[in-house]
Amino acid sequence: MVGSKKEWLIEALIRASGLSAIFFVALIFAFLLREGAPVFFKVPFANLFGSRWYPTEGFFGTLPLLLGSLLVTLGAAAIALPLGLATAVFIRELAPDWAREILKPLIEVLAGIPSVVLGFLGMTALAPLVRQYLNVPTGLTAFTGSVMLAYMALPTIISVAEDAIDAVPKEYRDGALALGATRWQAIWRVVLPASRFGVIIAVMLGIGRAIGETMAVMMVTGNAARVPHEWDALFHPVRTMTATVAAEMGEVAQGSLHYQVLFSVGILLFVMTFLINAAASAFMIRGDRRRGGRLMG
Amino acid sequence: MARQWVCLRIAAMGGIAAVVLCLTACGDRSNSGNAGTPRAPNSIQNKGSDTMVNLALAWAEAYARVRPDVRIAVTGGGSGTGIAALINGTADLANASRQIKVEERVEARQNGVEPVEHVVAGDAIAVVVHPSNPVGRLTIPELSAIFSGMIKNWNEVGGDDRPIVLVSRESNSGTHVYFLETVVRQGKSGNTTLFSPDTLLMPSSEGISSEVRQNPNAIGYDGLGYVTPDQKVLAVSRGPGSPYVMPRADTVSNGTYPVARSLYMYTAGEPRGALRSYLDWIESVDGQAIVRELGFVPQQ
Repeated sequence: MVGSKKEWLIEALIRASGLSAIFFVALIFAFLLREGAPVFFKVPFANLFGSRWYPTEGFFGTLPLLLGSLLVTLGAAAIALPLGLATAVFIRELAPDWAREILKPLIEVLAGIPSVVLGFLGMTALAPLVRQYLNVPTGLTAFTGSVMLAYMALPTIISVAEDAIDAVPKEYRDGALALGATRWQAIWRVVLPASRFGVIIAVMLGIGRAIGETMAVMMVTGNAARVPHEWDALFHPVRTMTATVAAEMGEVAQGSLHYQVLFSVGILLFVMTFLINAAASAFMIRGDRRRGGRLMG
Repeated sequence: MARQWVCLRIAAMGGIAAVVLCLTACGDRSNSGNAGTPRAPNSIQNKGSDTMVNLALAWAEAYARVRPDVRIAVTGGGSGTGIAALINGTADLANASRQIKVEERVEARQNGVEPVEHVVAGDAIAVVVHPSNPVGRLTIPELSAIFSGMIKNWNEVGGDDRPIVLVSRESNSGTHVYFLETVVRQGKSGNTTLFSPDTLLMPSSEGISSEVRQNPNAIGYDGLGYVTPDQKVLAVSRGPGSPYVMPRADTVSNGTYPVARSLYMYTAGEPRGALRSYLDWIESVDGQAIVRELGFVPQQ
């Protein structure tokens, strides 16, 4: 075999592997559609997007589930964004080298804790504290879920934001300091705005992780399928889409209406996560072009 | 020359691996929907109610000492899962904490399965609150109003000024369905009252216990065998004028405790062979002694 043919073969294999990833994602989506799409013809929209989820009695309102997932995710983003960003800035800009060597692996360890363990911790330790100190009827709330999810999204946000901050050229910082800025002014007004693409990507990836989280939210949010309508809805129980599928899929008869509705909830989840990740990728490509390919270090 | 052959071999192996992967992924349809994959004659697949799973495990372990040649595999998943598995042939023995529904019987017959019911134990559903709750007894109408969300504060039933937090099992649980029919709907068949949408649906009994034992606002329910000593059990009466009764083995047996039910095992047709011997043993004195040990009510 001549060198160029060998080259072509290897290229073809690599291309096939890359395409197979797209192929499998498309296959998963096709399967979800096949099992869940009939629902849109069988269940009237008023029921499917109604506000009562009680599938064993024929109420298939997915609105409480959708809003529950959104509420918990937004709460998690609100907690994790400032915390993650501050940590990333600290690690990259302010920490001495020895501290950085310790912190970076520790954050990876954070990412490795199983979500069931966090859920159990939340249920037995955090929920009673939330009930006592925030004066709510029960500690199993969207807020408790948000805290657990923020904890889980933090390592992703920190790593990606840290890479983005690291990619800001040294000349920017030097220029700012040369013009008389303090260290904080240099960070806040020069480095962070320069890395904003990476930070946005970090948040989106963190949110994508949070939306799909199942076990932890199933144990700490109370799983009450109610539409959050008060101003302090964050401190009331909610039911997420992921917990619903996990809790109910085990008992449904295959092919039954309940089974298909659960798959349609899965479709919804898939589409939401896909959109978030696609937006993050679009940002990444755009930022990459503007920066001449140096966004992600 | 040698390097080209290595490349070719790697490519060939990769190709074969891909083909094998496709075949295994596309070809494994043997377990979908058929009525029964043949199993060894002395192995029993026992699936179903989470309420009964500890009991079923205890029975299986004790029976292994009586008949070591019989292998029994016990799994939970809920009454609905167990019955569904019996219908599609992946279980020999279904545990259920509720009776089989009409729709399930129809589906079973369509699959060529005729479910046979065996009553194996009795169970009391205890209504539990936090130990510091001054309320010690409630009627079924009051419980119905509480769990459907009509009564929202403990001071409406003689307690402190606290909001009521409802704790329940998931809607696929036989315990949940039984409580819905017997307490929330007060046993009336045309009633369509539901649990309040604010009810916390906990994925397990431990979830219920965890909330009730530390939240003074909480009220929940679960099988008597799952109630831990750090929860307070309420006495329940059928209605105003009826006596308040605490759940115990004797009050369940003599029918005075109103929130009690039978626990069932279903087989596909009349049981034969190892399955028949197992069921006979369960209904014997030895099997029923284990029922009592675990906090359920033995059959007379």
